[in-house]
Amino acid sequence: MQRHLISAADLTRDDAVLILDTAEEMARVADRPIKKLPTLRGRTVVNLFFEDSTRTRISFEAAEKRLSADVINFTAKGSSVSKGESLKDTAQTLEAMGVDAVVIRHGASGAPYRLATSGWIDAAVINAGDGTHQHPTQALLDAFTMRRRLVGRDEGLGQDLSGKRITLVGDILHSRVARSNVDLLHTLGAEVTLVSPPTLVPVGVETWPCEVSYDLDRTLAKSDAVMLLRVQRERMNAAFFPTEREYSRRYGLDGDRMAKMPEHAIVMHPGPMVRGMEITAEVADSDRCTAVEQVANGVSIRMAVLYLLLGGNEPAATHTRTEEK
Amino acid sequence: MDTEQQKQQYATDARPVLEAPDIARVLTRIAHEIVERAKGAEDVVLLGIPTRGVHLARRLAVKLQEITDRRIPVGSLDITMYRDDLRMHPPRALARTDIPSDGIDGRLVVLVDDVLFSGRTIRAALDALNDIGRPRAVQLAVLVDRGHRELPIRADYVGKNLPTSLREAVKVQLAEEDGRDTVLLGVKQTPQGGQP
Repeated sequence: MQRHLISAADLTRDDAVLILDTAEEMARVADRPIKKLPTLRGRTVVNLFFEDSTRTRISFEAAEKRLSADVINFTAKGSSVSKGESLKDTAQTLEAMGVDAVVIRHGASGAPYRLATSGWIDAAVINAGDGTHQHPTQALLDAFTMRRRLVGRDEGLGQDLSGKRITLVGDILHSRVARSNVDLLHTLGAEVTLVSPPTLVPVGVETWPCEVSYDLDRTLAKSDAVMLLRVQRERMNAAFFPTEREYSRRYGLDGDRMAKMPEHAIVMHPGPMVRGMEITAEVADSDRCTAVEQVANGVSIRMAVLYLLLGGNEPAATHTRTEEK
Repeated sequence: MDTEQQKQQYATDARPVLEAPDIARVLTRIAHEIVERAKGAEDVVLLGIPTRGVHLARRLAVKLQEITDRRIPVGSLDITMYRDDLRMHPPRALARTDIPSDGIDGRLVVLVDDVLFSGRTIRAALDALNDIGRPRAVQLAVLVDRGHRELPIRADYVGKNLPTSLREAVKVQLAEEDGRDTVLLGVKQTPQGGQP
């Protein structure tokens, strides 16, 4: 594994499986009365959030605290950033404070990569979502949830997702979750199908290692997992589909559609769910929906990533970087 | 993790100090000692330290069951996250921690490991136990005690005391992991390698 976690595409199969296996052990800590390990004692981690995201931030914060790291939360709102400070200045301030890792969420795609490669800072950089680019820990926690549900908790150790068929439904264009998932699931051997209104399919999708379809009903019957993506109203600057009702009729998951899925298949959602549009309450509250499990798994995955990047004097595995996509 | 080349080296340079029948015999003796000291081993929980300590703990549990006619809970305790030398090496893959379902509160926990050396592994194990529960007492059983302690820790049950020099390496092989039971004593391959 490299020193930073910027993109799911940077992970090799072995790196990804190592993270998933480590997370499985971290999950056991959550079952204990004392949910704490001394592993990162004396290390300082900054959660640098230029964009609001309460759930990702508290997930990272929980993971950092369970590993005994010192945590500093930095939100752009009300900070020097709103007074015009640049990313470089912020980075140099953190460097001067002797920070060991920076978890960064930024509205601009590529900001974490810039932070990691510009030489402004020596700390490990973990991407917690940048623009419409990547959200690697989300992809890892999704893969972890799939492996647990589709392969098994103990049987899954050391395994990837070879032969599993995963369908991602919704706003692919604006979704860093979709990009990260396609990269990681492909690395782990799964077959990915994207289902989306034609207007929400990004240009150049034909170069991605996945299939694209506009018809959800035909894809459902052969899916082991169906992942719904949030319709990101805040990133939409034009009308991408006529009405919410029409989106819901064609791409929303309701009880009837869920019945077409194989017995063992699961429904996933990265949250927050827009009930009634992307997913009906009936599906969201069913046993097959893993949304709440994904939140718990997020903490385990982030603990694993922090341990593997910061737990030793150098990262866990060899640096192997795939081409930039 | 030994490389193939190192394994070859062990095969030629190392001499066995315990063979399979010796290992079986010392485990039987340790099992009897545990029953004697714990007055029947009623509340004993065996926790092996991965990897080979876990196999030894399982074997001890079988022997204890033969002696006491009672099922003895066995688990494993990975101490990686509690090591004091984490920042001196790349992070290691975690092994399994499996605590028997009844927990360890109020029980006599016997930690089981293959080699006792600096004592740092056992210190980490004591820290790990602290986070899991509050045993009535903790004892330590090891197959080999090779000396060179860096902390005030000693074993309650020792299979074999093996005076060694720091230039030597002790290698325990068990059937479950390595295909055969033996304890080898050879010359250390790397300047800072060897048993932790």
